[in-house]
Amino acid sequence: MTAPLLLVEGLHKRFGGLRATDDLSLAVRMGELHALIGPNGAGKSTAIGQITGEIRPDAGRILFAGRDITRLPPARRVRRGLSRTFQIVQLLDEATTLENVALAVQAQQGHSFRFWRDARRDERLRQPARLLLLQAGVEPALWERPAGDLSAGARKQLELALALAAAPRLLLLDEPMAGLGPSESRAMTETLRGLKGRMAILLVEHDMEAVFALADRVSVLVDGRCLASGPPEEIRADPAVRAAYLTEDEEG
Amino acid sequence: MFRRARRPSPGWLVLPPLLALAIALPWAAEALGTPASTGLATRMAIYAIAASALNLVLGYGGMVSFGHAAFFGLGGYTVGILYAHWSWQEPLWGFIPGTTSLPVTLLAAMAVGGAGAALIGALSLRTRGVQFIMITLAFAQMLFFLFVSLKAYGGDDGLSVRRQGEFPGLNLRDAAQLYWLCLSLLVAWLLLLWRVTRSRFGQVLSGARQSERRLQALGIAPYPYKLAAFILSGMGAALAGALMANYARFVSPDMLAWTKSGELMIMVILGGVGTLMGPVLGAIALVGLEYWLAALTEHWQFVLGPLLIAVVLFARGGLMALLRRPGAPGRAQA
Ligand SMILES: Nc1ncnc2c1ncn2[C@@H]1O[C@H](COP(=O)(O)OP(=O)(O)OP(=O)(O)O)[C@@H](O)[C@H]1O
Ligand SMILES: [Mg+2]
Repeated sequence: MTAPLLLVEGLHKRFGGLRATDDLSLAVRMGELHALIGPNGAGKSTAIGQITGEIRPDAGRILFAGRDITRLPPARRVRRGLSRTFQIVQLLDEATTLENVALAVQAQQGHSFRFWRDARRDERLRQPARLLLLQAGVEPALWERPAGDLSAGARKQLELALALAAAPRLLLLDEPMAGLGPSESRAMTETLRGLKGRMAILLVEHDMEAVFALADRVSVLVDGRCLASGPPEEIRADPAVRAAYLTEDEEG
Repeated sequence: MFRRARRPSPGWLVLPPLLALAIALPWAAEALGTPASTGLATRMAIYAIAASALNLVLGYGGMVSFGHAAFFGLGGYTVGILYAHWSWQEPLWGFIPGTTSLPVTLLAAMAVGGAGAALIGALSLRTRGVQFIMITLAFAQMLFFLFVSLKAYGGDDGLSVRRQGEFPGLNLRDAAQLYWLCLSLLVAWLLLLWRVTRSRFGQVLSGARQSERRLQALGIAPYPYKLAAFILSGMGAALAGALMANYARFVSPDMLAWTKSGELMIMVILGGVGTLMGPVLGAIALVGLEYWLAALTEHWQFVLGPLLIAVVLFARGGLMALLRRPGAPGRAQA
């Protein structure tokens, strides 16, 4: 078996007395769609934050493509091919949809110490940005609107376009369906299905229908630790998982 | 199919006539028998440079610097100190000869302002929010007290610049020529800012204002860009300070006082944060109001205060927002 693309080993993170990440180990293979599920407050977003470098772990290490990135600053990790979306969208609300993506494209074209040319008319930025918007399923009618005016669904799609601009080898999606209506959720599921196989994806999601429709493997996080990891059918049948998470979810 | 039609907005059409008026101002002042207006307009142009410089970091970059008078003062003192050493015929630190050549002193002032901004920015930009406001204020106060304590350069009393700077082809003792020089530098500075804020660099800067987290997630570390903007801004403020030293023929620690930082900030907010022409309007309005109110009453500050509060309360976006047609999109990063 080939080495995993992402390998998380013995990760720890405490917030005061709370163990948000408690000896977490996790492997994401090349090209797979790996779902990370778990109840609210299980530490999923905290884990994503440590993988992307926003949160510094107390202990443990993170290997990406065989190299230790535990201490690498977040922006440098993006350039290595690790990009993410946020559970609570982080957009440039005053800029238009297209300008948001154009900046993401710009980030891929080397440094931005370019002081003279008008970036907002630069087709080398706008053309790739349009393709990304199409890929993420953002309606062309919204492209010239300020990102702050978009609906929750469109904002989630825009987040995806921004993450795709980095041409990631591993895409980390923190609840891309949260806050979407049923039809928007289905559209997002289809978009993700289209991306599947072209890059590895670590998908954090509460929408079990989407998870079991998309995932190659599922890991279950409870109280900061990985309870089980395996193919979807196996996870669905796992009594420990059912006890800790799935049944609770069905009752609730 | 995707391209938005880009006609010049009405705002751009009024600029050439306004510039023509500004150029003609000294002649008009002469004809109307109010030659002092030229001096007033010179101060407006100088403060417009300083306020636009502050606006680059405050309006576009979202960095609320409360210490920009430091760079204004550094620029002024560069002119003053170079003049002093020229008049004493004694090089600064034994090897930097004094000079009154304006091209040299202006460039030196910008270099000193830029270096000061690099130092203060490198340390302050590690902080955010209120902490950043306080730390920039603290650095400016340190410089203020440094110049108060420099008795060789007049300390508290300041330093007279008895000889007007020399600019090839100009006679700067003529108020009109000094005004035209300041106006030209203002226009050049605005052109530079206009390009810079629209460039790739400008997009990153405006992104840093809106969400640094987002920038990081795109793979852009905001710090070097914010620092570069801070340095450019410091250079602009220093240029303004150097011009002020030439206009007033005097520099003093007052140039670095926190009240001066506050005035610059008021000009930006009054005119319109994050717009190209806003700080220019703000500088014209504040310098003008101070001048006319001071002529009416010695308690002009009590009139000015409420006026400013009224503008901030009733015209969000400052004077620029009032000028824009209602309903026109008022995006801050224009
Ligand atoms: N910056 C922080 N400071 C203190 N506690 C935090 C911080 N961030 C997260 N926590 C806590 O850590 C725990 C894990 O949070 P996290 O956001 O990772 O959960 P999650 O699995 O993403 O939950 P959800 O499904 O609700 O998004 C929670 O109890 C949360 O309150
Ligand atoms: Mg979460």
